[in-house]
Amino acid sequence: MTEKENTMMMRIELIVNCIRKTFSISPTETLLSLLRRAGYKGVKQGCGSGDCGACAVLVDSRAVNACLTMAAKADGRQVTTIEGLAEINRLHPLQQAFLDEGAVQCGYCTPGMIIAAAGLLMRNSNPTETEVKEAIAGNLCRCTGYIKPVNAIMRAAQSLREKEEDECKNR
Amino acid sequence: MNVKTAKKSDFQVVGKNEIKIDGRSLVIGKPKFTADIDLPETLIAKVLYSPHPHARILDIDTSRAEALAGVACVLTYKNTERIPYTTAGQGYPEPSPYDTVIFDNKVRFVGDRVAAVAAETEEIVRKALRLIKVQYQELQPVLSIDAAAASGAPIIHDEEDSAGIYDAERNIAANVDIDVGDTTRGFTQSDVVVERVCELQHVQHTPIEPHVCLSYFDTDDRLVIRTSTQVPFHVRRIVARLINVPIRDIRVIKPRIGGGFGVKQEILLEDICALLTLRTGRPVLLEYNRREEFVSSRIRHPMRVRVKLGAKKDGRLTTIEMEATSNTGAYGSHSLTVLSNVGSKTLPLYNKAENIHFYGNALYTTMPVAGAYRGYGATQGYFALETAIDELAEQLGIDPLTIRSRNHIRVNETSPIFEKLGEGREGVAQRMKSCELPRCITIGAQQIGWKEKRGTKVRRGSKVHGVGMAISMQGSGIPEIDMAAATIKMNEDGSFNLLVGATDLGTGSDTILAQIAAEVLGVPLSKIIVYSSDTDFTPFDTGAYASSTTYVSGKATEKAAQDVRTQILQVAGKMLEEDSTDLTIKGEQIIGHNGQTVSLAEIGHRVAYQVDQRQIIASASCVPAESPAPFMANFAEVAVDTETGEVEIVKYVAVVDCGSVINPHMAEGQVEGAIVNGIGYALHEEMIFNSRGSMRNPSLFDYKIPGAADIPPLEVILVDSYEPTGPMGAKSVGEIGINGPIPAIANAIYDAVGVRLRVTPFTPQRVLAAMGKLPD
Repeated sequence: MTEKENTMMMRIELIVNCIRKTFSISPTETLLSLLRRAGYKGVKQGCGSGDCGACAVLVDSRAVNACLTMAAKADGRQVTTIEGLAEINRLHPLQQAFLDEGAVQCGYCTPGMIIAAAGLLMRNSNPTETEVKEAIAGNLCRCTGYIKPVNAIMRAAQSLREKEEDECKNR
Repeated sequence: MNVKTAKKSDFQVVGKNEIKIDGRSLVIGKPKFTADIDLPETLIAKVLYSPHPHARILDIDTSRAEALAGVACVLTYKNTERIPYTTAGQGYPEPSPYDTVIFDNKVRFVGDRVAAVAAETEEIVRKALRLIKVQYQELQPVLSIDAAAASGAPIIHDEEDSAGIYDAERNIAANVDIDVGDTTRGFTQSDVVVERVCELQHVQHTPIEPHVCLSYFDTDDRLVIRTSTQVPFHVRRIVARLINVPIRDIRVIKPRIGGGFGVKQEILLEDICALLTLRTGRPVLLEYNRREEFVSSRIRHPMRVRVKLGAKKDGRLTTIEMEATSNTGAYGSHSLTVLSNVGSKTLPLYNKAENIHFYGNALYTTMPVAGAYRGYGATQGYFALETAIDELAEQLGIDPLTIRSRNHIRVNETSPIFEKLGEGREGVAQRMKSCELPRCITIGAQQIGWKEKRGTKVRRGSKVHGVGMAISMQGSGIPEIDMAAATIKMNEDGSFNLLVGATDLGTGSDTILAQIAAEVLGVPLSKIIVYSSDTDFTPFDTGAYASSTTYVSGKATEKAAQDVRTQILQVAGKMLEEDSTDLTIKGEQIIGHNGQTVSLAEIGHRVAYQVDQRQIIASASCVPAESPAPFMANFAEVAVDTETGEVEIVKYVAVVDCGSVINPHMAEGQVEGAIVNGIGYALHEEMIFNSRGSMRNPSLFDYKIPGAADIPPLEVILVDSYEPTGPMGAKSVGEIGINGPIPAIANAIYDAVGVRLRVTPFTPQRVLAAMGKLPD
């Protein structure tokens, strides 16, 4: 940080994974930089230019590349990282499906891909395979060839739908 | 065969889709990667790179950079020792030339190292890099293999102290030349001769995590190098020599790493990072950004491969001549071994040919440095060989399946190439003990619809369909060179620690090795606690390369587990008062003939606290005597747009013999990932350079790798197979998948539109040009 920037520090407030937090940032700091220095290491840097999707996070339930998002612009918003997706002792259906389908290899693109898929499932609970592929088209993976991640997302979508149906019935 | 099948069907843990043991922590985003830990007072380091393809550094003035507040250390050729080495992370002595020093007073490509700075913040580092004044004397660049070989070409490695360069004055880093039989006579006696030349472009691995290294002194003042590497033990050995610190004072830790594909079989950051820690006493983080990963790390050897085949009328191959000219770039990392593998991993496939000549050079150019990349020369060789075989079949009027079936290697057969050509030296003779290639071909042909589709040129609008195929083999480790070791110790609750030097680079090897151990020890996977790739706490392993981990590290694990099992049964025999050799472990119980049982936990407690107290523990090593080949048949259906030249993959079928499958999901995942990588290599990936050798597209936006929306319907079939020398009957599966897409797609394009593409990638422009629809 340059001295000039240092004097221009600003405070923002984010709700990160349901916890309200305030941060001191420079106006030019990216959300990726802020989240990683705040300890959210599940947010990965793969390119820094919005091309690989490894840094994807949800801002108010929309998946964005944290490397292209100014932290200042997220002021007051809800930010969900991969660390905030699971409940205690229970994985999010997407996380479970990635394990069950063998969709994780090195795991570096996995957080971003799961976040992008979570964004999709929030607005479309019954996606086609093509819609799934389009939703993660910006999440590059060099290990898997995408076959198993796509299968995992389809499976998670189904289990989420079944879960919702069960909850409806139980009401 | 019945015995083996029975044994395989008894497997409790092996052959099952066990969930990756590190999977849970990866999907919840635990800080498992190199840069995921924060150490107080960490300095940020960056490298200054050459803007010139070839230049002498007359002087460097770092005074202004060093005077900048916050700068902790600046390294250049002036204040570092000149020790020739190779960045190739290979066994010792490395078969790559020692043609590199940490910092030189000469630069040999755009992106070569000039200096490094460590400072308090990235901002300060960037400012300091701009303050370094370098006086260059530009030299003539050498931007192609033809320019490198031309008479009067500038000598790229004119330094006195390099060692192991084949012929520095002629820019030849490495040379291979082997002969079997008499190719001249072979061609004379052949009924048909086909000769073709193929060229392969510059491509980069693009792991989603670029190279990254964090070094620091721990609380015992030992130098720790936490790094994204495939070869932690080679890192320790090579860095120790370069920074003049004893091996015993260095600990290398490989945490989770974000993909490698060969590019992390290079020591690229660790020397600078460790030296900066040594000079400053501070933790130092050095990481490549994406641009640096493209330009300054390593790439696949671009190559020109000429193949000449001679055959009898009935399709029997008599003679193969193969000449490879490899572009190793500015340094000769892996230059000899990749060149060797162009022949050694392809020619044994057609072992019916009695006359073989394989030769070639790896040439220095002032271009980015090539290194290890999944497939390792075999991929380049198969493009030329498998497209030439297709043409030969056509000239002979024989179905491409038939010509391959007549000539490919089979079980119990050998090839003289195994002995003649190894990894940079003579190889090791071996016979195939497993080969299900005939079934791979049959199944693949059925799944793609070969008989119905081949030669039909079905047209839909402007698109014409075609099918093509290619077969390939690889190896499983480097025989008589690789070494892996495993240690297993039993805990009092009947669980086991498995300690392996083996390096899981995302492939799932930690899980695979645990499955092997669990199978031998008769326990569920959850009872195996794996710790890997830490030079202080795990036994030695040469590393994750050459398709070695499942076969070599797996064998070491299997042996160690068998030893521990024997120790357990001895204790159980005493407890049950039975002969221990008759006992077996199943479901964590040892069952005696009289029906009495004793659990592993009871044994664990007994030896820890009660009777015959001792640690049940064993270590075992594996130096493989051979390198059994996995086999693969690839079938592609394409639709070629005759107006735009675009090639669409309609369907891709891959049938693989990798021996016993330890974990089907993971084995399929290896093949799927490799095929998609290979499709990118075949169709669109290409590093583009300007006239000064500077890469014009060093981003994932401009260098297109396949995304989820690009993948074709892809069917991977693993055939039932058993390799008797392998752990649980397994062979390798990591690399072979990348060899097939280029030739299978090229052959399919020919089937569709009748043009042979001999230069990768098969872009719309090249397709149209080949069809005569564009000027060349």
